[in-house]
Amino acid sequence: MTQSAIASHDEHHPTSFVSKYIWSQDHKVIAIQYSITAIMVGLVALVLSGLMRLQLGFPDQFSFIDPSSYLQFVTMHGMIMVVYLLTALLLGGFGNYLIPLMIGARDMVFPVLNMLSFWTYFLSVLVLLASFFVPGGPTGAGWTMYPPQAILPGTPGADWGILLMLISLGIFIVAFTMGGLNYVCTILQARTKGMTLMRMPLTIWGIFVATVMGLLAFPALLVSAIMMFMDKVVGTSFFMPAIISLGETLDHTGGSPILFQHLFWFFGHPEVYIVALPAFGIVSDILATHARKNIFGYRMMVWAIVGIGLLSFVVWAHHMYVSGMNPFFGFFFATTTLIIAVPTALKVYNWVLTLWKGNIHLTLPMLFAIGFIFTFIHGGLSGLFLGNVVIDLPLSDTYFVVGHFHMVMGLSPILVLYAAIYHWFPKVSGKMLHERLGRIHFWVTLIGAYLVFLPMHYLGMLGLPRRYFGMGGTEFIPDSAQALNANITIAALVVALAQLIFIANVIISLRSGKKAEPNPWGATTLEWQTPENPPGHGNWGPEAPVVYRWAYDFSVPGAKQDFIPQNVPNSAVEVTDAAAFAEAGK
Amino acid sequence: MSIFAKLMEKPWLAQPEGTDPALLKEAPSYWPARTALRFLLVTITVIFSLFIMTLLGRSQLGDFHALAGEPWLPFDQPTQLWWNTSILLASSVVMHAALLLLRQQKLQAAALAVVGSAFLILMFLLAQFAIWQQLDTAGFGMTTNPASSYFYLLTAVHGAHLLGGLIALIWVFKRFWQQQSVARIEAIVRLCVTYWHYLFVVWLVLFALMTSSSSTIDSLAALCGF
Repeated sequence: MTQSAIASHDEHHPTSFVSKYIWSQDHKVIAIQYSITAIMVGLVALVLSGLMRLQLGFPDQFSFIDPSSYLQFVTMHGMIMVVYLLTALLLGGFGNYLIPLMIGARDMVFPVLNMLSFWTYFLSVLVLLASFFVPGGPTGAGWTMYPPQAILPGTPGADWGILLMLISLGIFIVAFTMGGLNYVCTILQARTKGMTLMRMPLTIWGIFVATVMGLLAFPALLVSAIMMFMDKVVGTSFFMPAIISLGETLDHTGGSPILFQHLFWFFGHPEVYIVALPAFGIVSDILATHARKNIFGYRMMVWAIVGIGLLSFVVWAHHMYVSGMNPFFGFFFATTTLIIAVPTALKVYNWVLTLWKGNIHLTLPMLFAIGFIFTFIHGGLSGLFLGNVVIDLPLSDTYFVVGHFHMVMGLSPILVLYAAIYHWFPKVSGKMLHERLGRIHFWVTLIGAYLVFLPMHYLGMLGLPRRYFGMGGTEFIPDSAQALNANITIAALVVALAQLIFIANVIISLRSGKKAEPNPWGATTLEWQTPENPPGHGNWGPEAPVVYRWAYDFSVPGAKQDFIPQNVPNSAVEVTDAAAFAEAGK
Repeated sequence: MSIFAKLMEKPWLAQPEGTDPALLKEAPSYWPARTALRFLLVTITVIFSLFIMTLLGRSQLGDFHALAGEPWLPFDQPTQLWWNTSILLASSVVMHAALLLLRQQKLQAAALAVVGSAFLILMFLLAQFAIWQQLDTAGFGMTTNPASSYFYLLTAVHGAHLLGGLIALIWVFKRFWQQQSVARIEAIVRLCVTYWHYLFVVWLVLFALMTSSSSTIDSLAALCGF
C-alpha cells in the first residue's frame, strides 16, 4: 500500500453528526474525545485531593471524611491522575492530535482501531467511576494496591471496589494497546516524503518512545491485575500468603506479596517516563519555538529520550527498598537510578541552553514551559536523595516522597500539559486563549503549587508519615507541622479553584475568543502549515506536504523571517543576506 | 541503514536541493498491519514471559508442587496434552496450507483451509477444557496448589489469545466474501499464519513448563536468580 492509497482511503468524509463526532475515525476528533474525558475524570481526582487536604489541614472538622473514605480518596486520586488523566491525555489526547499532523500524515494508519481505543478507554473510566456507587465504595488500598491488604476484609472497598479497579485497569490496558499500536505504526510507516526519523520534532520522539515503553510495561500491570483478580475471586494464592484475617484463618497458602510489588513496579517506574517523555518532547518544541532558537543538542535530546526509555526498565526496585531486598540488589538499583539521572540532567541542560541568548517571548505556553523546568529540577533533585538506599529508608514513608513525586510527575507534566494546551489551542479551535486570564492561571498555579509541595519536603524530614488519616498524639511531630499542614491545604484549595479560571478561559475563548492566525507563534512544524485552520478531514488537502528540513530552523542568519517551516525548500526562503544564509549551512 | 546510523544523522545540515537523499530514495514498503502484528507479538511475549517469571519465583515457595515428575501426578504421562498439541499443530499447518493455496490462486480451497484451521482451534479449546475437567476430577482444582492454579491461568490466557485470533478471522472472511484481490487476501492470511505459528510456539513453551518436574523447574528458577 502506498501513501496515496492511504490518502484515497481517508477521503471517506463523515457525513452525519454521529459519524463526525461520536463514532468518529478522525484522529483530531478522537484526540478531543480523549482529552475531554481525561480532563473530566482528572477534575474528579482534583476534588478528591481537595477532600484529602481538608482532613489533613483541619483534622476531624468534616463529618463526611472518615478514615475509610480518606483512604479511598487517596487511592482514587493517585490512580486517576497517573493512569486515567496523564497517560490518557498525553498519549491519547496529544498523541492522537499531533502524530499525523506533525509527520505529515492524513490520519492514523488504523482509524477504526483508533476509534475503538477511545471508546474502550471511555468504558474503563465508566467502570472505574462505577466503584463510587457500589456497596463499600471504591478501593482504599492505595494506588499501588499491594496485597494482601488490598483484597482483605477491613480495607475499604475490598469487596467490589478493588474488583472494579482491576477490571477497569484491564480494560484500560486493552485500550492503550490498541492506541499504542496505532501510534507506533503511524510514526514508523506513515511519515510524509522527506520526514526522516531525525527530522521528526522531539514531541513525536517522546510520544514514540513512551508508546513503545507502554506496550512493554503495561503487560506487567495486566499480569498482576489478572493474578490478583484470581486471588480475590477464585481463591488462588499467587500473591496471598497464609494469613489470619480479623481472627479467621483464610484458605490462602504461601503466596508472595513481594512478587506483586515487583510486577507492579516493573510497570510503575516505566510509567513515570511514559508520562514524562511526551512531556519532555512537548516542552522542547515549545521552548525552541517561543525562544526563536533551535533546540540545543537535538541529537543528544533524541539519544537521551531513547536512553531514558531503556534505563527506565532496570530501576523499578528503588520503589521497594523498604520492602527489603538483598543488599546487592539495593546497590544495583541505586546505581541504575543514579545513572538515569545523567540523560535526564542532559535534557535539562539543553533546555536551559536553548533559552540562553534566545529571543525569549514570555507567551503563555512559554511561561508554563519555564515553570516546568523549575518544578522538574526540584523534583529531580529530591529524586537523587531517594534513589539512595540509606536516605530512602527513613524518608520513604514520609511526606518527603509525596513532595518529590508530586513535583516530578504531578506538577511537572501538568505544567507541560497546560503549556501544550495554550500552545496548540489556536490550532485545535481556531481561537486564541485569553491572555490575562491565562497569566492569572499560570502565576496562581505555579506559586500555589510550590506552597503546597515544597513544605512537604520539610514535613517529611520532620518524620510526618504519609497515608495517615490523622496524626493522633505523635509526640515527635511539633505543633508547627499542623500549622504548616493547614497552610498547605489553603494553598491547595486556591490552586484547585484557579483551575476554574482555566476552564472559564476555554469556554469564553471558544465562544468569543480572538480568531487565531494559522501560525500565530511562527512555528516550523508541519501542523502549523495546514491549508485550513483548524485542519479539515484528511489534514492536507489534495497534496501531502514534503519535508525539506528539520523542525528547528529558527533565526537562521540571512533569512528574512525568524523561522523556516519544515515544508519550505531553500529556494523558496526569502533571504536578506545570501552570504550569511549560505554560511549558516542552508 | 541501521538504526544507529540513523541516530547519527545531523538533521540541522541542509541538503543541497536535488540531492536530498530523503527525497530521492524510493518510498519504503508500507505494511502497517505487519508492523502492528510484530509489536503485538512482542507485547504478548512480555505478558507470557512475566507469567512464567512469576511461576518460577512462586515455585521456590514451600507449597508449590509440580504437576509432573512422579507417577501419581497428572502430567507425568501427559498423553492427552500431546493430543491437544497435535490438534494445535494441525491448525497451524492448515493455516499455512491456506497461504500456499492462495499463492496458487486457489481461492476456494484456501477459504476452506482457513475454515478448517478455525475449526481445529475450536477443537483445541474444547480439548483444553476437557483437561481442566479431568484435572479437577483428579483432585487438582484451581486452588489446590499454585502449580495447578498456574495451569488453569496460563491455558486460559493462551486460549483467550486463540479466541482473539478467531475474531480476527472475521476480517479474513470479509475479504473472501467481498472477493477482494488475491494479493489482499494473501496479505491478511500471511498475518494469520504468523499469529497461528506464534501461538503454537507459546503453547509448546507452556506445555514444556507445566509438564516439568520439580527439579527442572527448580533449575530454571535458579537460572533466573530465584
